[in-house]
Amino acid sequence: MAWLDTIVQGILLGGLYALFATGLSLTFGVMRLVNLAHGDFSILAAFIAVVAVQTLGLNPLLALALVVPVMAAVGYGLQRLVLNRLLGRGILPAVLVTFGLSIVIQNGLLEAFSADSRRLNPGGIETASLPLGGGLAVGWFPLLTFAVAVLLLVGLQILIGRSAVGRAFRATSDDGGTAALMGIDNDRLYALAMALSLAVVAIAGIFLGIRTTFTFSSGPDRLLFAFEAVIIGGLGSLWGTLVGGVILGVAQTTGARVSPGWGVLTGHLVFLAVLLLRPSGLFAKSRRVD
Amino acid sequence: MTLAVERTTRASRFGAGAAVLLVAGLVALPWTGDAGLMRVVIEFIALLVLAQMWNLLAGYAGLVSIGQQAYLGLGGYALIVLADDLGVNPFLAVPLAGLVAAGLALPTAALVFRFRDAYFAVGTWAVAEVYRLLIANTGALGRGTGRTLKAVFPLARETREQVTYAIAVVVGVAAIVAVYLYLRSRLGLGLMAVRDSESASESLGVDVFRTKLAVYLLAAFGTGTTGALIYLNLLRISPDAAFSINWTAYTIFIVVIGGIGTLEGPIVGTVVFFLLRELLADHGSWYMILLGALAVLAMMRYPQGLWGLVAERWDLRFFPVQRRVRLDEPPPA
Amino acid sequence: MTLLRVRELSAFYGDFQALFGISLDVAEGETVAVIGANGAGKTTFLRALAGALPVPESAVAFDGRPVGGRPSPALVDLGLVLVPEGRKIFPSLSVRENLLVGAYRARPGPWTIERVYRLFPILGERREQPGTNLSGGEQQMLAIGRGLMANPRLLLVDEISLGLAPLVVKNLYRALEAVKAEGTTLLVVEQDVSQVLAVAQRVYCFRKGAVALEGAPARLTRERISAAYFGT
Repeated sequence: MAWLDTIVQGILLGGLYALFATGLSLTFGVMRLVNLAHGDFSILAAFIAVVAVQTLGLNPLLALALVVPVMAAVGYGLQRLVLNRLLGRGILPAVLVTFGLSIVIQNGLLEAFSADSRRLNPGGIETASLPLGGGLAVGWFPLLTFAVAVLLLVGLQILIGRSAVGRAFRATSDDGGTAALMGIDNDRLYALAMALSLAVVAIAGIFLGIRTTFTFSSGPDRLLFAFEAVIIGGLGSLWGTLVGGVILGVAQTTGARVSPGWGVLTGHLVFLAVLLLRPSGLFAKSRRVD
Repeated sequence: MTLAVERTTRASRFGAGAAVLLVAGLVALPWTGDAGLMRVVIEFIALLVLAQMWNLLAGYAGLVSIGQQAYLGLGGYALIVLADDLGVNPFLAVPLAGLVAAGLALPTAALVFRFRDAYFAVGTWAVAEVYRLLIANTGALGRGTGRTLKAVFPLARETREQVTYAIAVVVGVAAIVAVYLYLRSRLGLGLMAVRDSESASESLGVDVFRTKLAVYLLAAFGTGTTGALIYLNLLRISPDAAFSINWTAYTIFIVVIGGIGTLEGPIVGTVVFFLLRELLADHGSWYMILLGALAVLAMMRYPQGLWGLVAERWDLRFFPVQRRVRLDEPPPA
Repeated sequence: MTLLRVRELSAFYGDFQALFGISLDVAEGETVAVIGANGAGKTTFLRALAGALPVPESAVAFDGRPVGGRPSPALVDLGLVLVPEGRKIFPSLSVRENLLVGAYRARPGPWTIERVYRLFPILGERREQPGTNLSGGEQQMLAIGRGLMANPRLLLVDEISLGLAPLVVKNLYRALEAVKAEGTTLLVVEQDVSQVLAVAQRVYCFRKGAVALEGAPARLTRERISAAYFGT
């Protein structure tokens, strides 16, 4: 029974990881960009929520309404003003610039908020649990997180599969040059993708901040887990990202159960195993292996 | 009109002279007894070698790794294990630790070389984290608290400091000479061809995979040796410190600001790094923020870095790694 | 009325000059052909017109307005549309979605997806299949259909016969006749000289990035064309 509980918790944790991974998957799919500051942006969002809670007295979940648009705007601006200028110059500039941004954000947060660990408190929901019978109970909040992740993925899937913008995303991801000939404005499209990415990762950051404590340096680990979830699930598949997140979550909770220090490590080892055995991930579209 | 291919320039002859003077100065330093300055030099050399190694990987081989801290940490821990547990002379253990790091780089490469570009970068970082966590969970290696290098305790402090300094100078000079010779050689030419175009160089018979692997192993050796040197100096190692991504942050900023893809760039960058650190010593993390912002600016506007700007303006090459074509007028008939 | 006026258009790929002072006119409703050997600059020319290459503003005038250097979205809005060389069908999109992308700028006009299905019935039959599942000739139909979805005033067509069987090419040109009948102006680039001379009112022959010959097909002899084409 305790094992079942561990697995369920791992699955739900996977929902959170999927939230982190989705944005990464999106920007890589559309513009081959890996934003190394991705995790740090989620922590930035969490800190903005901290400020909103402190100054406006908002419930953190309500603060989402403020933080998500702000982060979306940050993403749009970042892509249009900074990152769009780097595309087409090879991978080095984008990797290094986003890495530099990561360090700047972390140190900026350290200066502004000190090294104290923080937590967002939504007033009790995060500790409430839902009994499932047979002595098994799941926390309301992890369940909510998972539900939000699924909802967002459904929404994104509809956006990408059925809308003109979604077609533009896919066309640009296939062949940016020809997409431009159709009149698709790559500059704006990439900015939109980054805005979406940061909006989702902002949600992830706030949910993380409710679930656990965080500090200025919590960002890089989020990026790593997001990256691992994407790779395990396979590039190019949004649902694969969810599965990847779940597998990573279960690996971590299972490992932690065996020995507390082994949680994260087990996740890394599973990731490396997938990399060895199926480098393109479990659900990759066979077209793209990178 | 005849063509001559030459390598040395006036600047490089000057550079060679300056280098000899500099090394002579370094060798003479211990006689001044300034232990503080010696420590700064050791730190400078350590960062410089790390930067040269990363530059070799990213600037010449096109391998952008953000996981080199793995080899730094492995080198440091290898030093402790070799010297304390296996009774090897701690000073001899420094290059041996480098070999250990290079040895572990081989299976690591088998894994991370499956990735390309940005995913290679994150993959190398994931591997570094694995090493960190494995060591942090190993009792014999001190778990999270780490270990102290005990093998040097019997030595007088002054002796230890001087020998550490000597090793640092040797490592520094050897690293730069080695990279310089490598780039000047046929292997180096192949490497630069790979950097410029993998497919073209492959069609000319350059074994791209072997070339990249060789560079990766070489960089791991250099980084591991430097890691051992760092902890020979600091005496205390812990997983969070040794495998910290800050090492990579420093080296990347140094190389980007100084000038990627040149030998002189990392030297310039390391100087800038130390200057900034001294200037902003009392302002905590602002110095990292400034460094990061400068690196972002450099990458966006001045990708050739500080040295690149200078070199382009005045056509300077202290380390003549390229070949130049010289057109000679035929002698008058 | 002159729809497209090109004057002294030169184009570069970095330091390499691909076009040397091209001057060319296309009247509204005309079908003009550009022929020439491989590497003569024909595709570069079309791409320059479509906004894929940097071009001085005055070098290209569309409907009387200087449009050189404008980005592709602006050109598509004006009705200047390119059917690119090599089809360039989007593999992640179905046939239907490929066509819809063509209508991204939502230019008003007679062409709807239903009309495209009527022009090329096979596309209607295969509408939900991935675009690249189609045969070469079918993909070319899809590429043309995609261009039509933008309701072009001037349709630039790049080498539709490339790699296709003669019968398929014949069918494609018959479809182009239907497009012509709509009043659309066509600028067709081809290596297959005979096919295109039959549909064009005027032809330009490019060689090494410059115009080597110009005139109505009826008035040009095989020898003159051959000489301009090959440079003998």
